[in-house]
Amino acid sequence: MKRPRRRVLQGLGWLVPTLYIIFLMLPIYWLVNMSFKTTNEILGGFSLWPQNFTLASYHEILTNPVWYNGYISSISYVLINTVISVAAALPAAYAFSRYRFLGDKHLFFWLLTNRMAPPAVFALPFYQLYSAIGLFDTPWAVALAHCLFNIPLAVWILEGFMSGVPKEIDETAYIDGYSWPRFFVKIFMPLIASGIGVTAFFCFMFSWVELLLAKTLTSVAAKPIAAVMTRTASTSGYELGLLAAAGVLTIIPGAIVIYFVRNYIAKGFALGRV
Amino acid sequence: MNKTWNNKAWFMVLPVLALVAFNAVIPLMTVVNYSVQETFGNNLFFFEGVKWYREVLASERFHASLLRQFLFTGLILLIEVPLGVAVALAMPRSGPWVSVCLVLMALPLLIPWNVVGAMWNIFALPDIGLLGHTINALGIDYNFTRQPLAAWFTVVLMDVWHWTSLVVLLAYAGLRSIPDAYYQAARIDGASRWSVFRFIQLPKMNRVLTIAILLRFMDSFMIYTEPFVLTGGGPGNATTFLSIDLVKAALGEFNLGIAAAMSIIYFLMTLLVCWVFYTLMTREEAQ
Repeated sequence: MKRPRRRVLQGLGWLVPTLYIIFLMLPIYWLVNMSFKTTNEILGGFSLWPQNFTLASYHEILTNPVWYNGYISSISYVLINTVISVAAALPAAYAFSRYRFLGDKHLFFWLLTNRMAPPAVFALPFYQLYSAIGLFDTPWAVALAHCLFNIPLAVWILEGFMSGVPKEIDETAYIDGYSWPRFFVKIFMPLIASGIGVTAFFCFMFSWVELLLAKTLTSVAAKPIAAVMTRTASTSGYELGLLAAAGVLTIIPGAIVIYFVRNYIAKGFALGRV
Repeated sequence: MNKTWNNKAWFMVLPVLALVAFNAVIPLMTVVNYSVQETFGNNLFFFEGVKWYREVLASERFHASLLRQFLFTGLILLIEVPLGVAVALAMPRSGPWVSVCLVLMALPLLIPWNVVGAMWNIFALPDIGLLGHTINALGIDYNFTRQPLAAWFTVVLMDVWHWTSLVVLLAYAGLRSIPDAYYQAARIDGASRWSVFRFIQLPKMNRVLTIAILLRFMDSFMIYTEPFVLTGGGPGNATTFLSIDLVKAALGEFNLGIAAAMSIIYFLMTLLVCWVFYTLMTREEAQ
């Protein structure tokens, strides 16, 4: 009796995700659409697709050093941050997943609170701190500042993956005469390779999308692409075509990274550690 | 897992501790410092005690942005959590479409926040944006740069667009961890769709949903870039949330004392909520 109704419902099951994805894609489509128009055409009126298709905006971004240097500095601080965060988080996550030590729970909670701290609270003191130590306007300043929220996150995710590895493996390795560093690099890290991948992905993601701190800690030399965009929006009038093209180009690195880790994302989320 | 007691594990935590403390403790102490002092420039500071705190807590401007902040966070939680669960329930469980769905849905999460704001700005412009143009074509007067209500609608819709996928991914991961045997048992018992959801799926999603709500609460509570780029906090102060107000006071008006006291109050509120959720979560895990 229930079969047919259920089948109809299941037949319509694809509708909800499809509608949702269409909703997600519409603003992105509009951005891509704008990026292929000239500024005059954009301001001239409403049209669903470019009437005079042009690559001028992309050409401008890829040949003007102000623009492409923005991409280079963004990518460099994101990569530095990802490497530092994962490298520092690995032993810490191991400690949290294997040992109990004085103040461990408090330390873990304190780390988490930093993931939750509003960056706006830290913007001004960060500016002073990194000016004082002479790192202001370098990718290192942003990379180190982003550790504030990425390291707690990395520890949290990695701890989840490491707790999934049975402790007997550690003990067997020690009996076989492995020292801790050798065991960790040779045996343990390959076991949680997918976890390291997921962690690196999330560090990349949160460092890539953050702007407030990145903007505060740079002025000229290490200006991230996102900040170059805000400046363009305010100083050179209303160059929507350029802005849209730059926006599209910031989506691409994320899309590439997401494509490579798509199978691990669900797994990383499944452990409930984000 | 039963863990061994080993205080030497502190050495493994040391790098993390150093890096995070450098970024958290020094700036936080700077903020505390400012929050109890008055300055007249030239690096001259005078101790003021709790004057700034009293001023902030009594100021109507702070109350207004706090109220807006809670309203915004409440609204987006009410929309994003049920919507995210609904989409996750309707997603295919296996097959090639799973990857397609996941990649497309995760895409908004990876767009820099100011690009999200700029994108929605272009999307919602009343004359040339797809959204704005369509709404106006339907006969509804819509202009998010002038009408507070339209601005709120746009900011909330933008956040739903931006972050619902996070709830979807979390809820989906929770759903996938349910063994097939549960569904088979439910089918044998002739359980309705609703009771499958209420008694099998919802309890299994409990943990991930707590995390989803926690993350959405925290991230929406510190939201800055997207509404700042989209509306600049306006029209008037209609979408000036806590972070926007704070940055305005600190960097715009250079009211160091006020801004610092606001930061501390703001941070303590986040901390309190974080602690409540953390306690709830660890208690759940212990069970």
